[in-house]
Amino acid sequence: MDLMTNLMPASAEIFLLIMTCVILIADQLIKQSGRMVTYLLAQLTLMACALITVGTHENGVAYVFHNMFVDDLMSDVLKLLTYIAVSMMLVYSRQYLTVRGLFTGEFMVLTLFATLGMMVMISANHFLTLYLGLELLSLSLYAMVALQRDSAIATEAAMKYFILGALASGLLLYGMSMLYGATGSLELGAVSSSIHSGHANKTLLVFGLVFVVSGLAFKLGAVPFHMWVPDVYHGAPTAMTMLIGSAPKLAAFAFVARILVEGLQPQVQHWSGMLIILSIGSMALGNITAIAQTNLKRMFAYSTIAHMGFLLLGFISGNIEGYGSSMFYAVIYVMMSLGAFGMIMLLSRAGFEADTLNDFKGLNQRSPWLAFLMMLLMFSMAGVPPTVGFYAKFSVLNAVVQTGHIWLAVVAVMLSLIGAFYYLRIVKLMYFDAPESHAPITFTHDTTLLISVNGLGVLVLGLLPSTLMSVCAVSVQQSLLLH
Amino acid sequence: MIFGLPVISVAIWLPIIFGILVLATGDDKNAPLARILALVGSVLSFLVTIPLYTGFVRDTSQMQFVETHNWIARFNIHYHLGIDGISVLFILLTAFFTPIVVLAGWQVIEKRVAQYMASFLIMSGVMIGVFAALDAVLFYVFWETMLIPMFLIIGVWGGPNRVYAAVKFFLYTLLGSLLMLVALIYLYNQSGGSFEILDFHQVAIPMTAQILIFIAFFFAFAVKVPMFPVHTWLPDAHVEAPTGGSVILAAIMLKVGAYGFLRFSIPIAPDASHHLAGVMIALSLIAVVYIGLVALAQTDMKKLVAYSSISHMGFVTLGLFIFNSYGMEGALLQMVSHGFVAGALFLCIGVLYDRMHTRNIADYGGVANTMPVFAAFFMLFAMANSGLPGTSAFVGEFLVILGAVKANFWYAFAAASTLIFGAAYTLWMYKRVIFGAVANPHVAKLTDLSLRETIIFAILALTVLGMGLYPLPLSEIMHVSVNDLLVHAARSKLPL
Repeated sequence: MDLMTNLMPASAEIFLLIMTCVILIADQLIKQSGRMVTYLLAQLTLMACALITVGTHENGVAYVFHNMFVDDLMSDVLKLLTYIAVSMMLVYSRQYLTVRGLFTGEFMVLTLFATLGMMVMISANHFLTLYLGLELLSLSLYAMVALQRDSAIATEAAMKYFILGALASGLLLYGMSMLYGATGSLELGAVSSSIHSGHANKTLLVFGLVFVVSGLAFKLGAVPFHMWVPDVYHGAPTAMTMLIGSAPKLAAFAFVARILVEGLQPQVQHWSGMLIILSIGSMALGNITAIAQTNLKRMFAYSTIAHMGFLLLGFISGNIEGYGSSMFYAVIYVMMSLGAFGMIMLLSRAGFEADTLNDFKGLNQRSPWLAFLMMLLMFSMAGVPPTVGFYAKFSVLNAVVQTGHIWLAVVAVMLSLIGAFYYLRIVKLMYFDAPESHAPITFTHDTTLLISVNGLGVLVLGLLPSTLMSVCAVSVQQSLLLH
Repeated sequence: MIFGLPVISVAIWLPIIFGILVLATGDDKNAPLARILALVGSVLSFLVTIPLYTGFVRDTSQMQFVETHNWIARFNIHYHLGIDGISVLFILLTAFFTPIVVLAGWQVIEKRVAQYMASFLIMSGVMIGVFAALDAVLFYVFWETMLIPMFLIIGVWGGPNRVYAAVKFFLYTLLGSLLMLVALIYLYNQSGGSFEILDFHQVAIPMTAQILIFIAFFFAFAVKVPMFPVHTWLPDAHVEAPTGGSVILAAIMLKVGAYGFLRFSIPIAPDASHHLAGVMIALSLIAVVYIGLVALAQTDMKKLVAYSSISHMGFVTLGLFIFNSYGMEGALLQMVSHGFVAGALFLCIGVLYDRMHTRNIADYGGVANTMPVFAAFFMLFAMANSGLPGTSAFVGEFLVILGAVKANFWYAFAAASTLIFGAAYTLWMYKRVIFGAVANPHVAKLTDLSLRETIIFAILALTVLGMGLYPLPLSEIMHVSVNDLLVHAARSKLPL
């Protein structure tokens, strides 16, 4: 009994693990024609996880497994959003995968394992837990990218992703080992207080920090560790790209917040300088290179790099408001990214990927509603009001100005002006150009409904952003302990 | 509040709601319905703004019809609306022009009618929002939102080079806006956590910061006005935009920039405004003289009126930065008057273009023979554009020149040259298009104004003449607010 109550904070993770194993076995008994059962089971599992997360929520911060695992408001909020994002991704990709013969049990199981990895990352309070979560997520993703075995480009993408991901993990582990050497602990709180007390070896700390930050940058896809992003986004089947480009960004936010804020806040003057360089580099390279892309998935890959740069800007402020704005940015980014990739999948059909810019030509004449939704998503990504993307940029910029880095805010807005160009180009293609093909767009009701909610959500949240902003601010405030 | 209704909110949201309804009529099968719905919506939207004028208290500079609601708690942002004697004029102007552009596009726009009409209705509401917002973030949201429908209007229904013009328009204006955003966030942090524009007016700011803020605002507003040397987007946008788009651009969107100077730059950074007034005056005079000469050289009618707009807006910025009440009131009158006159001129060109599908001056000649009624209206507006006494344009220009004389004789001298250049390029164009022998068989086949067009022009002609003969109702309503603004502008805000 005692054990059970002790494990309560981790019950969602435990449940998900059990269910994933159950689905893995049950799927063996199901024929391909009945794959919908697996799909529904996966969706139900996610829903149940959400209920468990809400049900086990308690005020304050709870630790389990000898302080290796933490359950706080931020982790609960991020997990709920992760379930929603993963579930949306499953809905969006069902049709797409069925047509391509990829709607398999493996896909569902790997998705759930990836989700588990994200949850562990979000709730980690220990370098090892962080690393375990990250690896669980990454390994599932490597496999998913390679799932389309007859596609050379997907296999290449998986290979690149795997090798570079392994390299990044190595860097991260190396950095962690140095931090362990300097502080004598792997638990985030203990690391932080050890640094704070001043007993830790400064040189070793800074070296460890450099490796850890490089590892983080690798995982986020920040310049100069961004090389894998375009190839993986481009090569992977769009459903996998959507998974890579959505929910894991929430986990990545938590990952960065846990390591840099909970663990290494005393080193803030060192890492915020590094983040400035990473973030300016990402925004510059991402936004400028995206202009030259003709493939939409590749363009979004560079746009992701730029967005991750913007997200990191929130961290350089080194205060709680900045972290809150970064979290808000991550949430909004995930929402926009789901919508954008969802649109690509919606316009794709058997044997045809709607992933080049030209495929969006004249969309307004083929389907005014989809064109309108895509326009909202694009303006949101560009940060133009009245869409929510504006508030994401706004709150990060506010954090930057508050810390006195006005020049940095000016650089950031100038680079997002460059970014506005390529988002605008998509609107231009949809509205100003004549369509290249008049192939009817096949709708399934669930995806149409979802994309409508997704696209309009960008507008509605843009008109009423207050609640979500406060949720992010409060959860960061209550959860991240600044030692 | 009138009849318990928040008038400003109704004025903003009614056209937007009608815009959505018009969009809902769908594709071009329902075009007649879309047109009628748009007309009803735009006329209603104009009618609801009339209480703003009739209920306006003229002897206070306080904000009136104020509405405040919490909007974004985390940043202390409010949905805060209100008008003073300056903004009320522009709200009326905006609402007045929406039915006119709906009527102007009645027959000409044949494809995607619903989307066209809806864009204008939504834009109308958003522009009223720009003039009524008292919270900086709310202002910024309206300010940027305004770009989206205009971008689509130019890009979808515009001329051959529309894509270039639309993208240029969008990026140019976005550049300025983003710098303004950084300035607003800076002010938020300086004012101790408030985004109220009126609080910004009170914040003490050191000189260097004031100058930087002024420059950031300058980029946002000067691009919109547009001032020399950031005016190059305007001729492109005007030439490529459909008639309705040109009308709204000239009549209202340009005013938004000058309004920004009044509401933000001058009261928030008064010391920097005085410090940089010389530069602003110089840029204004360059616009007046140099752009006036450029207009003289145009062969395309729309380009000519576009350059004429820049030149006239130079007058406005001149009036603002000589810091006396003649200049300021003259500038405001000039803004309103220019809205009507330039709007009417673009409609005139639209009428010709719809019939001939060319804007080249050389393709015309002798139009008076086939379109006598049109020629008469066109004559009135051309005269107004060159500042003939008795038309609305004269009052504003005269006051600005009067103010300029008080500041420096040579400012006035340079500015007054516009009366000559303006007359030269407008009347010369008029002569080449309207008079002379019938140039070609196409002109010979022209038909005169339809009833719909006659109504539009008659309304505009009456307004232009009315304002010219009896401008008192306008100057009376703005008087107190202008004086208050001048007091603000004269008070140093440097920290002690």
